Amino acid sequence: MIKKFLALNLIIFLVSLKTASSIEPDIFVQSTVNRASNTLSGDKTKEERILELKKIALDTVDIRGIGFYSLGKHRKALSDDKKKEYAKVFKDYFLNSFSSRLAEYSNPVIEVNSKEKINDNYTIVTSTLAATDKRPAIKIDWRIYTKNPEKPLIRDLIIEGLSLARTQKEEFNSIIQGADGDIEALFTSLKNFSNK
Amino acid sequence: MIKKLAIILITTFALTTNAYAGSDGELLLKKNDPSNVKDCFEGLNRATFAFNQALDGILFEPVAKAYRILPSPVRTGVGNSLNNLSNLVTIPNNILQGNFKEAGINTGRFVINTTLGILGIFDVATQMGFSEYVKEDYGQSLGTAGVGPGCYIVLPVLGPSTIRDTAGSVINIFGGDPWYNVSVKNDTRYFNEKDYYVSRGADGINFRAKNIESFDNLEENAIDFYASVKSLYLQDRKQKILNTRGVINTMDDSDWEEIEEQ
Repeated sequence: MIKKFLALNLIIFLVSLKTASSIEPDIFVQSTVNRASNTLSGDKTKEERILELKKIALDTVDIRGIGFYSLGKHRKALSDDKKKEYAKVFKDYFLNSFSSRLAEYSNPVIEVNSKEKINDNYTIVTSTLAATDKRPAIKIDWRIYTKNPEKPLIRDLIIEGLSLARTQKEEFNSIIQGADGDIEALFTSLKNFSNK
Repeated sequence: MIKKLAIILITTFALTTNAYAGSDGELLLKKNDPSNVKDCFEGLNRATFAFNQALDGILFEPVAKAYRILPSPVRTGVGNSLNNLSNLVTIPNNILQGNFKEAGINTGRFVINTTLGILGIFDVATQMGFSEYVKEDYGQSLGTAGVGPGCYIVLPVLGPSTIRDTAGSVINIFGGDPWYNVSVKNDTRYFNEKDYYVSRGADGINFRAKNIESFDNLEENAIDFYASVKSLYLQDRKQKILNTRGVINTMDDSDWEEIEEQ
């Protein structure tokens, strides 16, 4: 009886430990937004901002996942060595693109509104970027990959219904198709962008 | 001339319609998916896109930047009155899409804003609790009826479009846009064609002014700007045709599922 009771207690303890360490996607988004806002609103140089934004991206974005999603049908044609090379080239490209996209903004105000679980792997978190005197409010949805609930990761930003990952995928496809299916053309474009 | 245009329109309609009777949500989703829209005239489209970019650089962007110097309430008033005018195309399209409730709401909105809102300058209807205004056009109605987008095209000055959406715009000048009818077609004592073209130009400048940073950012960070704009346009149209702002309803998750195995 005591043995059973102890086993039950142990199970409850383990379950509660797991629940306690899982992070809710909306809280994850809000904390990521707060981190980025702090970086962008402080008295930092552009270079310092870029460095910090890259760190935030490495912590919170599934860069590898986005990279392979962006390859679309072309990823099936890649050898393992080429996949490794692509993952590295894409990571450099993504970090440069991500940080330069955001570094120009100052003190963005983003309010997280709600979340909707699609399945065990994905939750969509909805938020609003507050209006300024130059532009109206913008609706931003975040596709959060929740396969590991303790380490949720951003996989896509959907701005006013337009997916950035989807746009990037079609952009990559256009480059590869424009080079008659030669994926090296994409590698060159990504490297050129990173070296800009 | 009208006969010729009618023939072109009917031919376009026939070419872009391939499953009118069997259209449902899933088919609409598939048909309007950006990856299924062919870029039949890519070479010409890219050349037109480059021309439009040059024109934007020397004309539209500088004018949009100058427009942004105007005080915010003035720009809001201009935006409101242009939105109010667009109800004249939205309402018939609400009806064509079978959304009679929205047609009623938008008619009420138009009457209130034109009168109490002084020609639409003030959005009184929204302050009275009317739902958010969503524009509709004939391209969307054709899409909702099951007409496929046809090829992607870039129009000089006007920018990205598809064969279907261009045909939709042509309907405006064949009686579909009451504002065009009273200002250009039936030149009245009160309005003339200058009023119409000024309103269209102001609409373009207003849109450009709201998106200066977004466009610059997109251009700076794109490795193929043409492909990015094409993707964004087609995603936007798909969303509008489905009349949804819900991400889950418009996204195909199959690619995301496959990368689990990488």
